[in-house]
Formats: sequence, structure tokens, C-alpha cells
Amino acid sequence: MKVKKITYAQAVAEAIDEEMQRDKNVILLGEDVGILGGNFKATVGLYEKYGEWRVRDTPISENSFTGLGLGAALTGLRPIVEIMFSDFLMLAGDQIVNQIAKIRYMSGGQTKVPLTIRTTLGGGRSSAAQHSQSLQAIVCHIPGLKVVMPSSASEVKGLLKTAIRDDNPVIFFEHKMEYNKTYEVPKEEYTIPFGVANILREGKDITIVGTSNQAFKALQAAKELTKEGIDAEIIDPRTLVPLDKDAIIKSVKKTGRLLIVDEGYERCGVAAEIAMSVLKDVFYYLNAPIDRLTTANFPLPFSPALEFPLIPDEKKIYQRVKKMVIG
Amino acid sequence: MKNKFKPIKSYVLNKGKILKMYRDMLKIRYFENKITDLYSKGLMPGLAHLYIGEEAIAVGVCANLTERDFATSTHRGHGHLIAQGVDLKKMMAEVLGKETGYCKGKGGSMHIADFSKGILGADGIVGAGIPIATGSAYSAKVRGTDQVTVSFFGDAASNQGTFHESINMAAAWKLPVIYVCENNLYGISVDIRKVTNTKDIAIRALAYDIPGIVVDGNDVLEVYRVTKEAVERARKGEGPSLIECKTYRFKGHHVGDPGRLYRLEKETEEWKERCPIKTFRERLIKEKISTEEELDLIEKDTKKIIKKAADFAIQSPYPNEKEAYEDLFVEEEGVEVR
Repeated sequence: MKVKKITYAQAVAEAIDEEMQRDKNVILLGEDVGILGGNFKATVGLYEKYGEWRVRDTPISENSFTGLGLGAALTGLRPIVEIMFSDFLMLAGDQIVNQIAKIRYMSGGQTKVPLTIRTTLGGGRSSAAQHSQSLQAIVCHIPGLKVVMPSSASEVKGLLKTAIRDDNPVIFFEHKMEYNKTYEVPKEEYTIPFGVANILREGKDITIVGTSNQAFKALQAAKELTKEGIDAEIIDPRTLVPLDKDAIIKSVKKTGRLLIVDEGYERCGVAAEIAMSVLKDVFYYLNAPIDRLTTANFPLPFSPALEFPLIPDEKKIYQRVKKMVIG
Repeated sequence: MKNKFKPIKSYVLNKGKILKMYRDMLKIRYFENKITDLYSKGLMPGLAHLYIGEEAIAVGVCANLTERDFATSTHRGHGHLIAQGVDLKKMMAEVLGKETGYCKGKGGSMHIADFSKGILGADGIVGAGIPIATGSAYSAKVRGTDQVTVSFFGDAASNQGTFHESINMAAAWKLPVIYVCENNLYGISVDIRKVTNTKDIAIRALAYDIPGIVVDGNDVLEVYRVTKEAVERARKGEGPSLIECKTYRFKGHHVGDPGRLYRLEKETEEWKERCPIKTFRERLIKEKISTEEELDLIEKDTKKIIKKAADFAIQSPYPNEKEAYEDLFVEEEGVEVR
């Protein structure tokens, strides 16, 4: 497989570009996606290439431009709506929760909603409490939405292309801290299917499920853990809805331990959901209680001295795994 | 509150079209009378929000639309659907929660939709259809068609953010959308005059530099006329319009709500005098467009159609409980997402 090195932000732009070229009904809209090329530079060049009707800078009206995306999706287009921060999903809450997720079901399957909502998650940029949240759990709670959490540039590209082609609404979480990182990405066109987890590393002592870039943090922790003689298996679930439960169950049956790492809040979070959804199947195979590492149940503070202690990272994963395996 | 009607002949409409408007208004009225009857007999689950008294708006507006155009409806949506010519049997069955209903019993009265007729859902969240209609209009622009979209909503929705956000975008991008505000003066029990400073909602159009028109919502021909202008404007690429139709719901907020706690009987009686169907009938006869006999026949026919729809709905089975687990996603073969 031939590869090239591009950033995560470039991978997002490439995915959108390829899909816009492939299908004239794909449009992009959101705040600053046009002339600026996106707040995180993930849509650079698209406005120049496709013009203002297909790449639309919107006013700051999240609920209504998300609803606009829905109306367009119902009438033949395949819109991509960008919500700059997942914190802002709350402004579009009605359209996402009560409209987009419901309209197909409520109409008895008369229509479909081929709509992708791209948003960002993650702390670590000293953006304080309103620009740092990872609110994937909130949308996972709502039936009718698919939820995607890509971990790297090659993942983000393949999964975003699948999202855009999906005939269902997809909430797509990109990690802010990843945009500028460079990764190897296949040169050839490719897509990554939903509902198929990626086993990043095989191991026999513990299964670590890491969502979004926590999968790579777990991978780094795993390298350090070999020094302690601990052999960790790392799973990137890729999509939370649908969730590849089978891959996790199979892995935990082998390793006997499960740690889930997710940057969302702990309470009623994704980690709790994953744990409970596999528990019945793995209970009698467990050598230790299932555990989770998440963002603490506090708003994210501004100062790096306060922010980082609340967010899961390689070190915390390393320590928690050591405790789970060695005690 | 005196009616000042213009002569029917001044509207340059053929008799067939005029009588169709009369027939459509009757369909809505009789459909909802039947619902009220079924509700009182305990045959209807949940609630229904009645459009009785407001029929001229849906009929006058939709008389300008083709099947290729789009509309978003509301919780008080029966009128919009009937005016757009949907199947009354499937509609009635949906109201009763039957498997033969438009939404297979998953939507009910509040969410009846017929996407094949361009009805992009009926929305139970006040004001939520406004951005959806705006998106449909945006889509027509991108796809290069001359389709227009009508967004129906009530007076209370004009105080939602979606109203302002959406009209702002539609005006900025000259989208082919017609915003139709059915001002029946009350948001459930709250008098719009107590929560809004302006006498007219249409004046808000000024803020977005688009036409804002106030019209007698109980005069089907006036509603038709002003909508026609707005639709022509939209098709020509000249952008959106806001039409405020002054009207009144004869019943309470929904079946079973007498609506007397927050409205003066005198006010309700005055509006009933201005019934859009009664006054239209009087005009049709007085101006010799039609006759008592001809209109009586239309009424008789319409009653029959409604009875048939109700019989069909009553006789239809309830959906199998398995149906509750269907239609969440468009599913690819072998992929289950729940």
C-alpha cells in the first residue's frame, strides 16, 4: 500500500473534497468553513473549488443552519454541517435530537436523512469550560443517530467518507489536538466501514478500549507497559453507534481485563455504556473489575496546571493498567 | 371587525378552482369534526390540535403549489396536508394509530407527513419546521429547480429563535421560501398581544428587508392572492416573503380543551361570525358563482368522503408491536444499528 504523509486536518479536507467531486449533491455549511477554510483549517481550498452555494459560510445560528442541513437532506442533497465545537451542539439541540434523529422514524420510514454533522471534541488547548468538552455521550443517548470517533488521520479520512455516503444522520467527532499532527495515509482512495473496531495492538493481559485519540494514547502507554511485562491489547472502536461489541467481548475473553478510556465526562458516559454493554458476556472471564478513565466530572478549567489533571492521558493509562494487572 | 370582501370576479379564477377551494376547506372542517367525534367516543389515542376556523389559510396557500413544491407543517397540521391533497384514509388511520396510517402509527395526529406530496414532516416543536423549510429552499437553489417551499407556523413560533435565524439566512441568500404565519392570537393559553409588543408579526419582515404582508386569514381568496405574489417572487429568484394571516381557532388548543379560560366568549363568537367557510359560501351564492344546490351537493359529497375515511381507519388493524422496532435507520443488509 502506497502512503503519503498529511495532517489530520488535511485528511478531513481531502475526504470532503473527494466526496464533493464524486457527488454534486454533497454540500458543506457551517461557521467559517468557507473563506477561512475552517477554524481548524480542515476545509481549506473547498470554497475556492466549489463556490459559495456548495461551501457556505453561515451566520452564527447553529440551530437553524443545522435545521437547514436537515431540510436540504430531505430534498435531495447530502449536506455536511460543521459545528465548530461539540459544546455548540447544545445550541442545535432541538434540530439534532428532536428533528434529525426522529423524522425518519416518526414518518414511518417515508424519508431518509443523509446528513453528516462534523464537530470537535477534546481539551488541552486552554480553551476553558465552553470550548473543551467532549459531548459524544449526549448524542449516543439519542436513538436515530450514528456516532463516529476517528482516532488518526487515516481513520478520519476513511470514516468521514463513509459518513458522507451514509443515508442516515451521523455525528462525527474530530479531535482538536489531532488536526496539526502528521500521519501516514493511504494514497489510494479508501473508506472504512462503521461498526468494525480496529485492533491497534494485540496483547494478552488487558484490553484497553480507547475512543478517538485516546486509542493512540493507550498505544503509547502499552509500549511503556511492556517494560513492566504487561502485554496490552488496544482497541479503537471507531464508531460508538454502531458499537462493535463482539470485538471487545472477544478480546476481553482472551485478556480477562478491560479498561475503557474516553475523554467525555465519567457520569453516564461512553465508558460506562461500553462497560455495561459487554459485561454480561465477559463477566465470568474477568480477572479484575472493569475500569474506566474519563474526564473528571468537572467543567474544564483554563490553566494548563488545572486542565491536564482532569483529562486522561498516557501516564494515567499506564498507572491504571499497572494497578489493574499487578495490583 | 367587519368583513370587507372584494368581488370574487376580481380574482380572475375559473369556477372549478374556486369550488375546489370551497371543497378543500370543507374537507378540513369535516375531517376535524369527525376527529372530535372519534375522540369523544374514545377511539382516538392521545390528542389532536384542531385547525377549525383557519381553513382558508392552508387552502389559499396550497392552491398556489404544485406537487413538486414543498411545505413544512405543524402540530396543527391537518389543514396543510388536506389542502395539499393527501390521502384522507391514510390520514385518518394515522390519527387513530393504525398500521394503514401514513406513518404506520408512529406519528399520530401531530406528525402526519406525506413526503410524496412534498410535506416535509409536521412538527411538534414550535418553530422547528422553519429552518427545515429554509433548507429545502436552499436545496432547490443548489439543484437549480424552480421549486418553492412554504413554511407554516403559528404566532407563537415567531418568538422562537428559529424564526429570526431562518428568515435572516433566507433573506441573505434570496431563498425561494414563503413564511406563512397563522396568527390565531393564542399560543396555547397565552395571548400574543400580552407577550409581543408589535401589533403585527409581519412587521418583523422589515428587519430582514423582505416583503411582510398582513392578510385576512379567513378570506381564502385574499390568502390565495398574496401567496401567489410571494410564490412568483420566489420562483423568479427574488427571495422570501413573510405572510401573516390573521385568524382564530374556534376550538381550544386541542380536542378536549374548551379554550374558555383564557379567551372571552364575545371574542370567540365574533370570530365565528367570520367563519371562512360560511362567509365564502355566502359570497359564492350572492355573487352568483354557484347555487345553494350545487354547494349542498359538494357538502354532501365531502361528508361521504370523510365518512369513508373514518370507516377505513376504524376498521384498520393496529400495527404489530414489531413495528415499533422498524424505521430507525436506513439499514444496509446485515448491519444492525440500535
